[in-house]
Amino acid sequence: MSEDMAEKAVIIVHSGDIDKIYSALIVGNGALSMGMDASLFFTFWGLERLKKDGLDKGSLSRMNFLGIGKWMVRRRMQKSNVASLEKLMADFKELGGKVIACEMTMEIMGIRPEQLQEEWIDDYGAVGTYIMEAKNAGITLFI
Amino acid sequence: MTQTKIDVRGQTCPVPLVECRKAIRKAAQGDELIISGTHPASKKEIPMACEAMGIEIIEVKGEDKDWEIRIKR
Repeated sequence: MSEDMAEKAVIIVHSGDIDKIYSALIVGNGALSMGMDASLFFTFWGLERLKKDGLDKGSLSRMNFLGIGKWMVRRRMQKSNVASLEKLMADFKELGGKVIACEMTMEIMGIRPEQLQEEWIDDYGAVGTYIMEAKNAGITLFI
Repeated sequence: MTQTKIDVRGQTCPVPLVECRKAIRKAAQGDELIISGTHPASKKEIPMACEAMGIEIIEVKGEDKDWEIRIKR
């Protein structure tokens, strides 16, 4: 892998909406596939998705219609053979992607590490961790 | 030197790219990888990824919806 620090994508995953989790994991996997490093910093509603069995539990960011919209989009995704979030996360980890969980969110929401999918999480941190990750990254996104 | 085949036919974004990258990581220097797929954007993007990583592209053949890419680690 490249030693160049700019060859890195750092994404703040603030939203827990299923479509946005897809975006974050697809961009993260894309960066890794192009030979870059990638980190996902899960905070606020995004952190909910790191809970055990929580990855695909988010609602659709628009037109959720109490879950009917999500169900329809899901069905269309299956028809188009879109990978599951579980696979995208497994691939992200296999390719060396880094997952950081926001400690402040854990405190606010009363989330304990054992409630989270700990084997995905490389690091726990606050804003300083994000800044250090992102300061030399060529791609930074807030999703 | 070994030759590995990766079949991502029917798979969509980002799976072809990801599977290609996974295979590259597992391959040894000089190994050849043959990726076959049907996702149109990946036909362009796999060579882009290889170029970015300094991996040799031996051949890109077929149509946008049915292609085969040969690369060398």
